Amino acid sequence: MDKTLLTTLTVNGKTVTRRIPARQHLSDFLRDELGLTGAHTGCEHGVCGACTVRVDGMTVRGCLMLAVQANGRKVDTIEGLSDSGEIADLQGAFHRHNALQCGFCTPGMLMSAQELLSSRPDATRDEIRAHMAGNYCRCTGYHAIVDALEEVLASRRGGPK
Amino acid sequence: MKAPEFSYVKPGSLGEVFDLLDRHGDRARVLAGGQSLLASLNLRLSEPELLVDITGVPGLSGIAVSGQTVRIGALTTHRQIETSAQIARHLPLLAQAVRNVAHAAIRNVGTFGGSIALADPAAEYPACAVALDATFVLAGRAGERRVKAREFFRGLYETALNPGELVTAGEFPLAGAGYQSVFLELARRHGDYAIVGLAAHALVAGGRISDARLAFLGAGSTPVLAVRAAAAIEGRQPDAQAIAAAQATLAEELEMLADLYSSRATKLHLARVLLGRALGALAA
Ligand SMILES: Cc1cc2nc3c(=O)[nH]c(=O)nc-3n(C[C@H](O)[C@H](O)[C@H](O)COP(=O)(O)OP(=O)(O)OC[C@H]3O[C@@H](n4cnc5c(N)ncnc54)[C@H](O)[C@@H]3O)c2cc1C
Ligand code: FES
Ligand code: FES
Repeated sequence: MDKTLLTTLTVNGKTVTRRIPARQHLSDFLRDELGLTGAHTGCEHGVCGACTVRVDGMTVRGCLMLAVQANGRKVDTIEGLSDSGEIADLQGAFHRHNALQCGFCTPGMLMSAQELLSSRPDATRDEIRAHMAGNYCRCTGYHAIVDALEEVLASRRGGPK
Repeated sequence: MKAPEFSYVKPGSLGEVFDLLDRHGDRARVLAGGQSLLASLNLRLSEPELLVDITGVPGLSGIAVSGQTVRIGALTTHRQIETSAQIARHLPLLAQAVRNVAHAAIRNVGTFGGSIALADPAAEYPACAVALDATFVLAGRAGERRVKAREFFRGLYETALNPGELVTAGEFPLAGAGYQSVFLELARRHGDYAIVGLAAHALVAGGRISDARLAFLGAGSTPVLAVRAAAAIEGRQPDAQAIAAAQATLAEELEMLADLYSSRATKLHLARVLLGRALGALAA
């Protein structure tokens, strides 16, 4: 049986077709085939969250999904969210709160954060922490990240708290 | 690390899945959500030649209530369980437990059946299934059979599944009137596998606990039903004395393997703490 497969994905709105090895995970496909290096690979076994991207509107671990599993599906990366302006307010809040230092975790953090912000506008600080628990940051100590999310939640609900 | 080379197929029916598993034997592995399998391939813990992606098989996903049973299809994701009004209403134990299963992005993809088939001793669903006396539906070339959760988990990552067989669903009896559920676990980080956890389900009337099913996770090579602890609390209010009596049974009942971070003594202590909290919460 073939170890490579013809695979078609829509990445940030653009449809791409490639023949790729079955074993290639989505993060490597995005990084190596498409040059989209925003999704980082940290641990490659699901623990750190640096590789988080969106498939059909839901966050997934790019290192725990084969690119061939995403065949026919819609993939959004940090590059897409950034260019479309979807998370401009969130990015601004990360800057203001110093919610990033080296930036390695940041694309994954933003993807996870946007999922929470868009699905649970009333999330409490505890719920923010629970949702973001799957993303490691080795620099910030997390509080600034949670602060940034709280601010964006409040402003998206309309005005400061 | 990167996974070793393998081939990949996504059949569209159970028949095709069984054919492929027949033909390739133990060189093939079933792929559902991949949230455990792909992690272990990336770590090169196993090197299958073929992954058989079962997510294209129709009819294996979804939650349905009929009569006295909630049926959860094997391909139902953790996210679907977490957000299901039917699970919240009829299986509050599972609704509480699922919040502890991995992290949001993993819950979006990982499946019920994958978790059952994997049988990690620290996983939440197996302990809930044992506490609630669920039944698993298994299917293979020879047809369908049903195995009680209490007989399904045989040893460390060992189940009653035969080669070539799939888990297709879990069937849970609806929580009876007057029954309360409490799920508690301790983990190093929210969403990580539990150090120790407890799935507790019992009839509570007038503050007294009876028919308690206390299934521990992370406390042995399979979920462990603490029957002596249940006997110790039977018909009693969970006051300090009754709780201490139940806690005292655990040293003998739980095999309690040490893990990378916690000794046997630590884990036993944590199990006692969880039991105390759960009994209190059940009757609260
Ligand atoms: C960082 C991290 C943390 C996690 N934390 C937890 C946690 O706290 N609790 C928890 O329970 N899980 C946890 N998981 C695992 C996660 O819940 C998985 O989704 C689940 O264990 C397996 O489901 P899956 O669909 O991803 O299965 P897969 O990874 O696709 O498969 C797992 C195994 O089961 C077999 N299999 C899958 N489906 C079937 C089927 N229907 N019939 C027969 N065999 C089948 C596969 O061949 C494979 O051997 C964690 C995973 C990661 C990466
Ligand atoms: S690289 Fe995917 S979770 Fe760490
Ligand atoms: S900013 Fe460096 S890891 Fe988070």
